[in-house]
Amino acid sequence: MTTAALESAVRSPGTPVQRIRRWLGHNALFVYTFAAIVYLMLPIVVMILFSFNRPAGKSNFAWREFSLNAWLNPFAPLGLSDAVIASLRIAFVSTIVATILGTLIGLGLTRYVFRGRAATNLIIFLPMATPEIVLGASLLTLFVSIGMARNELTILIAHIMFNISYVVVTIRARLAGFDRRLEEAAMDLGATEMVTFWKVTFPLIFPGILAAAMLAFSLSIDDFVITNFTAGSTVTLPMYIYGATRIGVPVQVNVIGTIIFGTAVGAVVLSTLLQRRDRAA
Amino acid sequence: MVAIPGAPDPGHCPSGTRSDESPVTTEVAVRLVDVVKKFGDVAAVDRINLEVRDGEFFSLLGPSGCGKTTTLRMIGGFEEPTSGLIELQGKDVTWLPPYRRNVNTVFQNYALFPHLTIFENVAFGLRRKGGLKDAELRSRVTEMLRLVELPGFEKRKPTQISGGQAQRVALARALINRPAVLLLDEPLGALDLKLRKQMQLELKRIQHEVGVTFIYVTHDQEEAMMMSDRIAVMNSGHYEQLADPETLYERPQTRFVAGFLGVSNLLAGIVLEKGTPYASVRLADEAVVRVPAAAVNGRADVEVGVRPEKIRLFGADAEPPSGLNVLSGTVRDASYLGVSTQYIIETKNGSRVSVYEQNVERTIHGSLHRPGEAVHLGWSPDHTFAVGPSVADASAGE
Repeated sequence: MTTAALESAVRSPGTPVQRIRRWLGHNALFVYTFAAIVYLMLPIVVMILFSFNRPAGKSNFAWREFSLNAWLNPFAPLGLSDAVIASLRIAFVSTIVATILGTLIGLGLTRYVFRGRAATNLIIFLPMATPEIVLGASLLTLFVSIGMARNELTILIAHIMFNISYVVVTIRARLAGFDRRLEEAAMDLGATEMVTFWKVTFPLIFPGILAAAMLAFSLSIDDFVITNFTAGSTVTLPMYIYGATRIGVPVQVNVIGTIIFGTAVGAVVLSTLLQRRDRAA
Repeated sequence: MVAIPGAPDPGHCPSGTRSDESPVTTEVAVRLVDVVKKFGDVAAVDRINLEVRDGEFFSLLGPSGCGKTTTLRMIGGFEEPTSGLIELQGKDVTWLPPYRRNVNTVFQNYALFPHLTIFENVAFGLRRKGGLKDAELRSRVTEMLRLVELPGFEKRKPTQISGGQAQRVALARALINRPAVLLLDEPLGALDLKLRKQMQLELKRIQHEVGVTFIYVTHDQEEAMMMSDRIAVMNSGHYEQLADPETLYERPQTRFVAGFLGVSNLLAGIVLEKGTPYASVRLADEAVVRVPAAAVNGRADVEVGVRPEKIRLFGADAEPPSGLNVLSGTVRDASYLGVSTQYIIETKNGSRVSVYEQNVERTIHGSLHRPGEAVHLGWSPDHTFAVGPSVADASAGE
């Protein structure tokens, strides 16, 4: 055997099949991760891609040619802008109300032992455990039986209700690791209960509150089932899209979807950057 | 608490080192009257009466669960007593919240605000008081950081400093409001041994410099002995003895104190004669020893105590000098420890006595006592103490 042949045999011994196996053995984690990311991202990539399509008919399911038309006229389809605005308004209001109430409930449930605490814990958890379709149907029954007209207010009530659960769970996770001595230290140094809350407690649980709010916002803006039961004649974005599928989804829906996705990614990146800077400062 | 008449007066002990303008050293900084704290049915603190003098370094020493931290937390205002009275400089503060008491606390594990810089941590108390110009605030913080030897650390975050440095920041933060009393809850517990020794000296220096009353909670008897002017040795909800370190070591009054501070040999005995200055006590092995009458304190049954390093060993044929308390026994174990040799001696009735002998002369002559050898133990009656049962077990009154 020549020296060169020996070297090549040492570098990659075995049959080609064995070599591929070995390569996979070394890179399995990478391959797996890559496949998972593709699996998760493919629908989003398709959505973004098709926001630049100029479809032949009303349905945006087949690629025809590149166009900025939908991006330049995002609110061209009738009723889309109203739906987006209604969804945003409901998401904002329900997020703010649910975050404030949920934070206070979370604080109360972690900090104090009181009668009915176990029951409160259970009740808070129920909306998360109950199927949405059941929640929606029973809310509709409730509103009808008390003679309440279904409109944006009933949607809000429904969204605040299920959002509170998620906020409470998130806040409680954050508070679980909270060192109460920090609050004692603040009071020891002359801070009243109120000042202690704003100067110590709030800044420390703020990341948790922010995470809870982001979760609530995204849950609200994409909720369809419960909203559909409680909406009356109000049309939110998910309801608009659902309705549009029957006559053909306009390209603008992809545009709105892309914008929402972009905003979400931006928010996550921003909060990560802020936290990193915070740690480094 | 049991008041022992005739016990050495702790009043003469330290505090003379203070650089306070006021010549009065008997001012009371903190007074606890019949303080009880119950958690459910369990009394964590059980009728404590206590006076901490202005400017002294006072320690609450005891094993975990003895109520020392609860006592400290009640003084700080973090726990409300179930009953009793807490006075701060003559003023009743029992029901005041922490932010309305002129005391500050150095917490176990420091409790620095993780979201604030070192500067803002130290400035926190000053900012709550308000009414300070920015420049003055800045100079007060800088001055505090210089006191704890951390100048230039202003911009760092608590996560960027070491445990020892965090300790100093906690101290600076607690001292900046110039409290009447500083409470320290096992502040050195999380530090390694070397750093702890260094911080002990540092704490003494700082206390000396600022002249503030320190109340220090620890379970480390050596630490308490080294730093304190006076120590209250606590056990199950109350203190067994309150005195300066020397008195606690030389004249422990209860079995618990004798065992918690250092090593003691305790031998049960019956008081034969309550004379002055010495009472005679017959031990279980029939030997009669002399004990200072004050230590016996009128009891009929006592345990006679002596520290291992106070005992001298004599060969079986040697005659111990007269005037010493003498026991006879057999060497059961001898461990050479370099500085000293530790012997275990078994007396005639089977009790075991520890003896530490400095390796000064005997090693030179090459004659350490060997196991099996018969010896005499001798020690001065003045080095003898007597303890009763722990206060917890006795139905002792005030």
